[in-house]
Amino acid sequence: MFIDGYSLQLLLGAWITIKLACVAVIPGLLFGLLAASRSSWPIYLRYPMDVFIFIIRGLPEILVIFFIYFGLTTMLSQLFHHYVDISPFKAGAAALALLFGAYASSVFQGAFAAIDSGQLEAGNVMGLSNWQKFIYIQLPQAWRHAIPGLGNLWLVLVKDTAIVSLIGVSDMMNQAKMAASTTHQPFTFYLLAAFIYLLITSISQKVIDIFSLRSKRYLHS
Amino acid sequence: MMTLLISLRQIAHGVFITLVLMSASLCISYVLAVIFTIINYAGNKWLKKCLSAVIFLVRGTPLLVQIYLIYYGAGQFSGVRESVLWPILREPLFCAIIALSINSACYTTVLLEAALASIPENEMSACAALGMSKWQTFVYICFPRGMGIVLPAYSNEVMMLLKGTTLASTITLLDVMGVTQQLIAQSYAVIEWYLFAAMIYLSLNALITYGFSRLIKQNNSYISS
Repeated sequence: MFIDGYSLQLLLGAWITIKLACVAVIPGLLFGLLAASRSSWPIYLRYPMDVFIFIIRGLPEILVIFFIYFGLTTMLSQLFHHYVDISPFKAGAAALALLFGAYASSVFQGAFAAIDSGQLEAGNVMGLSNWQKFIYIQLPQAWRHAIPGLGNLWLVLVKDTAIVSLIGVSDMMNQAKMAASTTHQPFTFYLLAAFIYLLITSISQKVIDIFSLRSKRYLHS
Repeated sequence: MMTLLISLRQIAHGVFITLVLMSASLCISYVLAVIFTIINYAGNKWLKKCLSAVIFLVRGTPLLVQIYLIYYGAGQFSGVRESVLWPILREPLFCAIIALSINSACYTTVLLEAALASIPENEMSACAALGMSKWQTFVYICFPRGMGIVLPAYSNEVMMLLKGTTLASTITLLDVMGVTQQLIAQSYAVIEWYLFAAMIYLSLNALITYGFSRLIKQNNSYISS
């Protein structure tokens, strides 16, 4: 019963879900890193960023996603005086990236703050430039502190991809909805979808555990 | 002007539905979380295993799937449709409350668990030295201490719950998000209504933050700084 076309459809949807999460996580990480450094920005850039991140974190995910997909389309259409079409996949990925980045920025802030200030002073003494200090000293060490937080955010991201189905991305949730309405077996298909999500999140958790073990391998126990 | 007033009344009703969803799920999830914590504290091995399996299932799947599973999924079985529970499971409001409560309860249980684990071992030893039973230790020491520790994390969870209530709009419930969608479909004023809804959610979040900061201050007043 499970090897019929609908289950295959669901697996195709799962692939879209994974792709969506992976596409969103990279710009999300970059945005988070950028936003984490905002305490050293000039005030006229820092305050708008503070407000922006506060708003993104305070809003429901569904509102952010809908605003970017429907709102941005309307805004751009009014701006260019003709209908502008944004693909739901791109809009969804952008919204998820913003959400991920807004939360990741505070994870990064905590991680960078956890680095001993002596490390940076040592960098100064050795005559490293700001950029070299960032790449060779701060980033590798912050990584270790950031991994658990980022791992949780990744799991949240995977679960949030389900919401993107509401703007018409044919991800797993949408395929499950379609299968449920044609076969009149909603419970079966939503349960199947739930198990695939569970599979994705559990495998992710294992990978995160491996990463966090690796990041600590130079520490004495 | 007239239409705006009507829209505002609809929004007000949406806020009411959101608050109903929120308060009902908050109360039920809190009670459930406390029960789960007690099971984890004093339950037998099999009960604990079942509980951790449930928590793993709920925390590993999206809330949207859980809501759909309860609202659309329950109707698949004729046994459910003919049972006494059907008048409840037929209503989107109750389905949303059930899904949100279970979801939030599982997350809260994990938070409470971590809080209980972070209570210093000495306090337990002190209880044992005073001859308190396991139950007395839990009621008088572990639980009040755990609640104090968990408050900052719990405020985040309550905010997540508020964000979760918006998903109820996907099962035809007219909460703030649902009403906003409806108004947009009527007026085509996409950005205005989304911004309005955003303001409502931000202010609700601000209220939660304020309430919890008061609670935290009150709760930790015995700790001298």
